[in-house]
Order: sequence, then C-alpha cells, then structure tokens
Amino acid sequence: MTTRTLAVVSAGVGQPSSTRLLTDRLAQATTAAVRERGDDVVLEVIELRELAHDLTDNVLTFFASDRLQAAKDTVAGADGVIAATPIFSASYNGMFKDFFDVLDADSLAGAPVLLAATAGTARHSLALEHALRPLFAHLKATVVPTAVFAASEDWGNGGQVDGAIEGGLATRIDRAAGQLADLMVGAPVRRPPAASTTDTGPAGRLPDPTPFEQLLRGT
Amino acid sequence: MAVPVQFGVFSVSDITPDPTTGRTPTEAERLEAVVTIAKKAEEVGLDVFALGEHHNPPFFSSSPTTTLAFIAAQTRRLILSTATTLITTNDPVKIAEDYAMLQHLAGGRMDLMMGRGNTGPVYPWFGYDIRAGIDLAVEHYALLRRLWTEDVVDWEGRFRTPLQGFTSTPRPLDGVAPFVWHGSIRSQEIAEQAAYYGDGFFHNNIFWPIHHTSQMVELYRRRFEHYGHGSAEQAIVGLGGQFFARTNSQDAVREFRPYFDVAPVYGHGPSLEDFTRMTPLTVGSPQQVIERYAGMRDAVGDYQRQLFLIDHAGLPLSTVLEQLEILGGEIVPALRKEFATNRPAHVPDAPTHASRKAARDQAGTDVLAGVEAVEGLR
Repeated sequence: MTTRTLAVVSAGVGQPSSTRLLTDRLAQATTAAVRERGDDVVLEVIELRELAHDLTDNVLTFFASDRLQAAKDTVAGADGVIAATPIFSASYNGMFKDFFDVLDADSLAGAPVLLAATAGTARHSLALEHALRPLFAHLKATVVPTAVFAASEDWGNGGQVDGAIEGGLATRIDRAAGQLADLMVGAPVRRPPAASTTDTGPAGRLPDPTPFEQLLRGT
Repeated sequence: MAVPVQFGVFSVSDITPDPTTGRTPTEAERLEAVVTIAKKAEEVGLDVFALGEHHNPPFFSSSPTTTLAFIAAQTRRLILSTATTLITTNDPVKIAEDYAMLQHLAGGRMDLMMGRGNTGPVYPWFGYDIRAGIDLAVEHYALLRRLWTEDVVDWEGRFRTPLQGFTSTPRPLDGVAPFVWHGSIRSQEIAEQAAYYGDGFFHNNIFWPIHHTSQMVELYRRRFEHYGHGSAEQAIVGLGGQFFARTNSQDAVREFRPYFDVAPVYGHGPSLEDFTRMTPLTVGSPQQVIERYAGMRDAVGDYQRQLFLIDHAGLPLSTVLEQLEILGGEIVPALRKEFATNRPAHVPDAPTHASRKAARDQAGTDVLAGVEAVEGLR
C-alpha cells in the first residue's frame, strides 16, 4: 500500500467559506476513493487566505516566506491536488491566481488536479471551463474531466429537479473524486523539488548545471 | 593595494523622489552626487566603487565608463567597477574598447561585472531578443575575452557581424585583461560561465534570502574546482549588501522606514521587519550591521568582495555621505578584522591589476625557468 499526498488549495475568502466546505467534501470523497483503490492518503490543506500577504510579498519580491514556500513545496510534491476558488467577476479570485503565479515553473507538470468553484448562482459555473481549465492546461497539469461547481442552491436540494438524483452535487463530487483517485493510484509517487528556496531552510545543493562547453556549442 | 576582501559601494543610478520631501533630484544632481559618493568612498577607506548601466528612466547611468573615468581622475586608490555592464545588449567589441580605455586612464584601478539586464524592452531597443539572453551572454563574452587576449581576431558568431583581422585598441594595460566578475541572481548558466573561465562570481543577494545565495555560490565554487582553476575555496566570490545604520538602532529604523516603505523593488511589499529578517538588509546600529555581515562567510565561505547599496530609494546625498562615514569609520574596519580571523592561507586575496600582472609575470618566469632548465640539460 502506498501513501498518497492529497493537497487541497482553497481560495475561499470568508471564514468559514463555502469554497472550503466544498473542498472538504471533495477531500473526503477523494480520500475514500483512494482507499477503496488500495492506497492510503495524507491530506494537506492550504487556506490561501492565511497566506494572502505572503502571496503579495512573493509577487513583489520574487521569493516566498517560509510558510508560503512550505505550501508551494506541498503542492509541488503532492500526488493529487484539489484546487478550489470562489468565482469573482467571471473568474478565479486574485489569491487563487497569485498562488499559481508564484508556483515554480513545472511544479504541477503531470500532476492530477481536480478543479472546483463556488458562487452565488449557477450562472457562473462555466468559469471552471473557460478560466480554470486553461490556467491548468498552461501549468501542464492533468485535469480530471469532471470539474465541480457548487452554487448556493446546491447546498439545499442538491440541484435536484423534480426529484432527479443524477447530476446533484453529491453525485458530481463522487464522480470527480473517483476520477482523481484513478489518476493518483498506480502513478509513481511525486516528490517535492530537491532544492526549494525557503528563506532560512538548509541549503540543498543545486544539481550540476548544463556544462559550459555545451552552452558554447549552442552559440 | 592588495587586501583579502575589498569593501565598497555600488549604485544602480536610480533617480527616485525623496519620499519625505517629495522632491526628485535632477539627472545632473544625481550624476554629481554619484561622483561625490565615489570620492567619499575613497576618503573613508573603502576599496571599490561600482556603477550600474541602464537604458531607461528613472536611471541615469547609460554609459558607466564615462563616469568611472571621471572619478578615476579624481581618486588615487579606489577601484572602479560596474554593477553591471550589459554583456547581452552591448557590442562586445565596444565593451573591449571602452573598458580597455578606462583601464589605461585609471592606471589599472578597474574591473567590471557582467550582467544580462532584466529590462525586457532594452533587448529590442538594441536589436536583440531577451529570450536569447543566456546565448548572448555566452557568445558575447567569449568574443570579448578573445579581443582582450589575442592581438588579431578573426571571428564569426550568431549575433554579431563577423570580424576579420580585427585588433581591439587600446590593448589591455600591461597586456593584462581587466578582471571580470559575472553577476547573476538566479541563472545557473552564469555561475557556470564564471566557473568555466575562472572569473569572479558576484551574487547580488540584496533582495534574496541568504539560503538562495548559498546555493548559487556553492554551485559556482564546485564548478570552479571542476574546471581546474583551484579548489572550491579558491574561487573568487563577491556579495551585495544593504544597510542603514545610526548609533541608536531605533533612530536607524525610524529614519529609514519611510524610504523602505515606498522603495523601488520591495516597497509596498513585506514589512521592514520581515524584509530585514529574510534578506541581508540590516537597519540598526553599526554593531548590528557588523554582526550580520560577519556571518556572511558562514553562508558562502571566505570571499573577496563585499559591496553595499547605500544611495537608492531617494535617500538624500547628505544622508548617504553620513552612511559612508559609518561604513568606512566603524563597519568596514571591524569586518576587515572579522574576515581576517581564521581565513585560510590558500584563499586568494581580492584580485587587482597589480596582483594579476604579478601572477602573469610569475607564470612567465616559470615558463622561462622551465625552458632554461630544459636547455640546461642539453
């Protein structure tokens, strides 16, 4: 049995936030689905609200505080990532974008990612497809087909119309969690980058660079 | 003058309003101020003054050799350098010529630091593409070296019109090319370049956690040894630094905070307290600055050059000159003592024209002695 790291990134603003509520449900369902498939799960939850100032500092100074770097390393080394944001002005919110802007290049390359979003009404649901999915395509992540959107009304009747169960929030959560678990289980275990740049951490040795003769030949 | 560690100041030549008065100095005032700062640096016993090169406002220093030659004429001991010379967008032929001119006029009291430049539009303004930044640095520097070490150069490359039978003039003073530092913050290729040639590596760590600086310097030292220039401890390392000091540390914090809070680069970002914890910026008493910088060699090993940024963010000239008094009067003498303690004998002193000329002459003598020894056997 392999232990898989599941990183949950929530850009919810309120405390408690409905985005966090949704990510907790997704994390539970994914944990259960991974265990069903025979692996164990370690859950790492990153509330971007707690890192909001650190994110701005990183955007301005190009380096991360200890705790932001720890969050970046967690995501970079996770076997699966749940990324969730409230929809603001037709897209992800600023904290969400800042976090994925300051992640080191290729941190998410090939990583299984489940996208989720919340908003007041279902009219914003396609933001998952026109805003989040292209962002994660750019980050070279492997995004599961089902992205989960929860409008306020989903927390009541589950989006059911005339008693129809199919397509309700719980169903979408389970489907998406299963898809994420399928990608996590059986894949090689991902590791955080060897040399990250925490401001006080131990100095990891950088690997040998491209030999200079090769750089010279390139010109 | 040979010293184990050269201490000095560098200016990025920014023209920034003084946030406490709202007044922006003119270009003429800043240029004059930089000359005053350099002369003061010599007066208070510092070894180096380095000036940046920029091709966009709010910076004034587009042509550092002009200013450095002007300063050289008014100083006697100070080594003039750059922070940095753009190896990417300058023609390497013009660099070879300009800096050889400076070397002659300054009587060898100069060296230079290569940098790529991170202002995107400067590349197209000079006819280049920023995506080729590393390739430009590699090719241009390879040509520059040949122009200084070979009297007649035939050359063809990707980025510049070919040369046939070209001699760069004046030839380097005493036949010794200016010493070159390669400055880079994040690009491992540049640390590799410095290591390959056995040149100096300068990490301008002023905006970075020391952990990152340690990694880059370790890489350079490891590769310096790999290329056979000596042991890793013998590689030539320089660091940036930044401080604001007053006798009473609370006074330093109170006076510097308005400049810090709106400074270019880090203003409006981390708090002064966070930034001083995370980067080498030290705001406090001279003793606090001494303790912080005495610890640098724990992070990078024994090194050869320490330059401080002291004249940016709109600080008035009078304040900068006071900082220089504190730097030269209290901080540097204490650091010279600290750095001399337990410095291994095999770690080289900071390079100078005189030391490089002597090393070249010694190598020449060794060759001649070798020839004589061989001839003696006949």
